[in-house]
Amino acid sequence: MSLSIDVRRRIGATQLDVQFTVAAGETVAIVGPNGAGKTSLLRVVAGLISADEGRISWDGIVWDDASSGEFSPPEQRPLAYVFQDYALIEHLTVGDNVAFGLRAGGVRRRRARERAYEVLDVVGGSDLVERMPSSLSGGEAQTVAIARALATEPTVMLFDEPFAALDASARAHARRLFSSMRSSSVARLIVTHDAVEALTLADRIVVVEAGSVVQIGTPSEVLATPRSHFVAEILGLNPLSGQLRGDELSLGAMSLTVGAHGVDDGDVIAIVWPRSVSLHRERPEGSPRNVWRTTIDAVDRSDGRVRVQLGTPLPIAVEVTPAGFDALATEPDGEVWASVKASEIVVQPA
Amino acid sequence: MSRQQRHDARVPIALAVLGWLAVAFFVVPIVALVIRVPWSSLSDVITDDATTEALTLSVLTSVITTVLAIVLGVPLAWLLARSNIPGRQFIRALCTLSMVLPPVVAGVALLASLGRRGVVGAILDDWFGVRLPFPMPAVVIAQLFVAMPFLVLTVESGFARSAGTVEEAARTLGASPWYVFTRVTLPATQPAIIAGAVLTWARALGEFGATITFAGNFPGTTRTLPIATYLALESDIDDALLISMVMVVISVVILVALRGRWVGAIGGVR
Repeated sequence: MSLSIDVRRRIGATQLDVQFTVAAGETVAIVGPNGAGKTSLLRVVAGLISADEGRISWDGIVWDDASSGEFSPPEQRPLAYVFQDYALIEHLTVGDNVAFGLRAGGVRRRRARERAYEVLDVVGGSDLVERMPSSLSGGEAQTVAIARALATEPTVMLFDEPFAALDASARAHARRLFSSMRSSSVARLIVTHDAVEALTLADRIVVVEAGSVVQIGTPSEVLATPRSHFVAEILGLNPLSGQLRGDELSLGAMSLTVGAHGVDDGDVIAIVWPRSVSLHRERPEGSPRNVWRTTIDAVDRSDGRVRVQLGTPLPIAVEVTPAGFDALATEPDGEVWASVKASEIVVQPA
Repeated sequence: MSRQQRHDARVPIALAVLGWLAVAFFVVPIVALVIRVPWSSLSDVITDDATTEALTLSVLTSVITTVLAIVLGVPLAWLLARSNIPGRQFIRALCTLSMVLPPVVAGVALLASLGRRGVVGAILDDWFGVRLPFPMPAVVIAQLFVAMPFLVLTVESGFARSAGTVEEAARTLGASPWYVFTRVTLPATQPAIIAGAVLTWARALGEFGATITFAGNFPGTTRTLPIATYLALESDIDDALLISMVMVVISVVILVALRGRWVGAIGGVR
């Protein structure tokens, strides 16, 4: 069983054009910059808008087929959609919100209430059952929205930035809940702009930019070879645009030597991992290539690591240990030597 | 700080004078009415057959008008607020024109359409033997024509405000459009519907021009309280004052009963 998505849809200035499948039991994260069409993609899958071209089907059952005109409205698709603003029904109690989908589907009031309580209990919200949505905190509203989505036992679940509006502790709880909800019969799509979320919660990542899929892969694949500036940037990977000639990478102000690669000469995106750059007080011995003198623009110490923003000629972020940084004994605006091994620079066609 | 205060205080004085002038403008007529009312003959007028007849007719017709306005006006408001029908602005203008039309003109327009020799009225008479003016239903039609726009505009802005992801969420949970409308949209719009209904009812209760033009002035069937007041003015001003007082009391009771609760929604009229 899988959700098969192959759609084209014009939304304002963005032409959405995506094709991928989500298997039952799988969680796929859709990442991309604002305005890339991530939410529109969810809306097309949900049936809140229709596709201009292409087809969406679940387990062989067509939900939307532009060529044949087949279209199931949202209420006929066995899915649930958790909205970014939770979209709880203000005049109904939490219990009635969770029971809403069951009642709409014809389940008797009493049975629906029982089921709502069961689901709330599972997600740890059973004490909220009599509350009104306006009295809930963000985390509580999120819990209720997830319970409401689970109540109708959907086979496809759509999440739009589910954790974006939560504070840190509520977010941690919501992420655990999200992970624990995994079911072998449910396909999940989660839209996020948070790289950590995508990497930790998803089995596969679909990177969408300007309406199109630029990369699909497992988190480790996307981490190893991020094929987009956006992904590299959110992962803190220092994407650099430059021209490649042989093993020589020109980056305007300076050039680097890169290791073995199978990339043709021309415009490329190079990735420099923050931890692969080392900083030195004196010019390092024995490594004649990829060494340059640089200023330090900013220093950020957190979580036992030091993130250093280098200035000209190559403004990239590097990460070093606190001990290593202290050993530099440099002034805040002082100059240091930086070096990176050729084999640790990844290049790919731009 | 003190300089700031003096500066702030200077401008509102001009406003305050004009504002209080406006207050006096509204209060003086009501106070004058209360002073001039011959309270001693209150019971005589109120128990007078002609007055009770007019009072009953007014209350009955205005309530029927309000109910019909909800039945027809809420769907119209929904069309205007939520649908993509072409020429929405134009339709809205047409459907709310009677609100700004002189009521007498509204009455003449109704005569021209639903009168015995009117465009539609003639057909109704010939085919079905239905003749509207001047019996009691004509009073309701006249009231509905001029009063329903108040409900339509209020509810339309209510529908526009209640639109959002909540309805979409309800659809994805398996609710049909009709289920969403009755269980999500209508409850969210309830304050606007009540506010609109009150405005419509008040307008219907006070309706005079369109009613006397279209429905005429027949005791017991079309002579409503405002018409009775006007007629009393020609014969016995004391009666007119007393009937007016009755209507003031009814209006004040309604206003107080609503207090601030739905006034906000009334303020949403565009």
